Amino acid sequence: MSEHNYQPKSKFGKWFNDRLPLLTLANHLTDYPTPKNLNYWWTFGGILTFCLITQIITGLVLAMHYIAHADLAFSSVEHIMRDVNYGWLIRYIHANGASMFFLAVYIHIFRSLFYGSYKAPREIIWILGIMIYLLMMAAAFMGYVLPWGQMSFWGATVITNLFSAIPLVGESITTWLWGGYSVDNPTLTRFFTLHYLIPFLILGLVVLHIWALHVPGNNNPIGIDIKKPSKDTVSFHPYIVVKDLFALLLFLILFAFFVFYSPNVLGHADNYIEANPLVTPAHIVPEWYLLPFYAILRSIPDKLMGVIAMLSAILILAALPWLDTSKIRSAVFRPLYKQFYWILVLDVLILGYVGAMPAEGLYLLIARIGTAYYFAHFLIILPILGKVEKTLPLPMSISEPILGGSLNAEPARSKEDFQKL
Amino acid sequence: MSDQKKVNRRDFIYTASTVVGVVGVGAAAWPLIDQMNPDASVKALATTEVDVSLVKPGQSITVLWRGKPVFIKRRTENEINEAKAVSLTELKHPEKDEDRVSNPEWLVMLGVCTHLGCVPLADKGDYNGWFCPCHGSHYDTSGRIRKGPAPTNLEIPKYEFVNNNTIKIG
Repeated sequence: MSEHNYQPKSKFGKWFNDRLPLLTLANHLTDYPTPKNLNYWWTFGGILTFCLITQIITGLVLAMHYIAHADLAFSSVEHIMRDVNYGWLIRYIHANGASMFFLAVYIHIFRSLFYGSYKAPREIIWILGIMIYLLMMAAAFMGYVLPWGQMSFWGATVITNLFSAIPLVGESITTWLWGGYSVDNPTLTRFFTLHYLIPFLILGLVVLHIWALHVPGNNNPIGIDIKKPSKDTVSFHPYIVVKDLFALLLFLILFAFFVFYSPNVLGHADNYIEANPLVTPAHIVPEWYLLPFYAILRSIPDKLMGVIAMLSAILILAALPWLDTSKIRSAVFRPLYKQFYWILVLDVLILGYVGAMPAEGLYLLIARIGTAYYFAHFLIILPILGKVEKTLPLPMSISEPILGGSLNAEPARSKEDFQKL
Repeated sequence: MSDQKKVNRRDFIYTASTVVGVVGVGAAAWPLIDQMNPDASVKALATTEVDVSLVKPGQSITVLWRGKPVFIKRRTENEINEAKAVSLTELKHPEKDEDRVSNPEWLVMLGVCTHLGCVPLADKGDYNGWFCPCHGSHYDTSGRIRKGPAPTNLEIPKYEFVNNNTIKIG
């Protein structure tokens, strides 16, 4: 953290700050030195904070009208949609907000992958981020169960059955999770409770995530260490605040498009049929943001191994700072990594696509190749690449590539050089 | 303090109090964990009696037992022969058809795919039995897994014929 010799101006401010240094914290957050070359990919942290708060506020309101009971849940959601003032709006914001949240978090994660933000000294920020991502998936899954439609019910059945793959105790664990012998009312009420709790756990982790960020400060597009504060930094307020707000406005246009023009396009029509434990919908698909992992699950013909592969696909990310052996952060200076990065992006998109398709024939083959490549990227390509890749020379400072006119390493120009020009 | 390896009173008290603390916390946590297990009202629904007098050969009915679908299929002669003809070496989860039925005409089993719990569709799939639409498991006319990701055959619940027309499940 930067120096904390801040003194409030007013006498009351000083009195208060001596007892609880909130004003020092506020000052730290305003003056926080930020690399001046942060591009728009760095605005997603702010966008994600907005998403979390939106989900909490709309969720709180929905909980005032929703009834967590197997006989009443479905009609209470329809009651929200038809009777409650602006209920349709609040529910559509909450439902599409989940998708927007995941869209933003994927951009945020892939930004980190491109610019090497997970590398030393930012490993803890990264791992906290993975924990947030896992909790987001849990919250999203349980939230999707609450309307008690056909997809809710069967999605819950399939996902909770993943635990039955555990040897010996699997059966008892699923019964314990369900509170019965199948997904039923006890399952619904506990999912509602946990769905209410998890966002606040996420909020706590977000505070730690930002705290951990403020120790080394932001990474930046060229990924070099910079002196803080210096000519390479600007203060968080107003520069980054305004940029984040502008990006948020653009993001809200997309958000509003979904809420107002196609609120159901990301959902499934089957979820407007009330849950029926006797009939499984012909084609069960999770929400779009879980599809790549679903494809990995289905690509393995063995039940336990499929579950292990799916969980490993997420948990392997936590080991990424140690799997990537390259000391160079930004892909800008790693010509080979840059290509593998885009192949990985493509691979995840393809896995997402085949995850939505039936698990047979060509789709299954593609899913298997995609799964193998996903793990190869992290377990084989990255460790080797860091050792063999010839990286490009790093600039000495953020200003240098601009003022120096090229990426070649030459010392930043002095004041005298500029006077000569 | 000549002998440092000697366990002194303080070490003993420290270990003993930690153990008591851990046991205490564990005991206090258990009700909070066990409350999530099936409650008395759920357990009370453990048996169901079904009248099968209207089911004709080739037909099957689905009833709800403990929140799960149970398939009751009155098999045709062909289906029984088909199930009996399969050699055990062809099976992923080897079980004789005779061991899965008390009366060959009536196949009673949980309609829950052993992969991830979907309800398989009747008279579908490559083996004239059941097909799970979720992840593509094929079951034969005895409900045995033949192809796909499911690890085991469709489960047989505990059941008995109360009389010729009534089956008691559970």
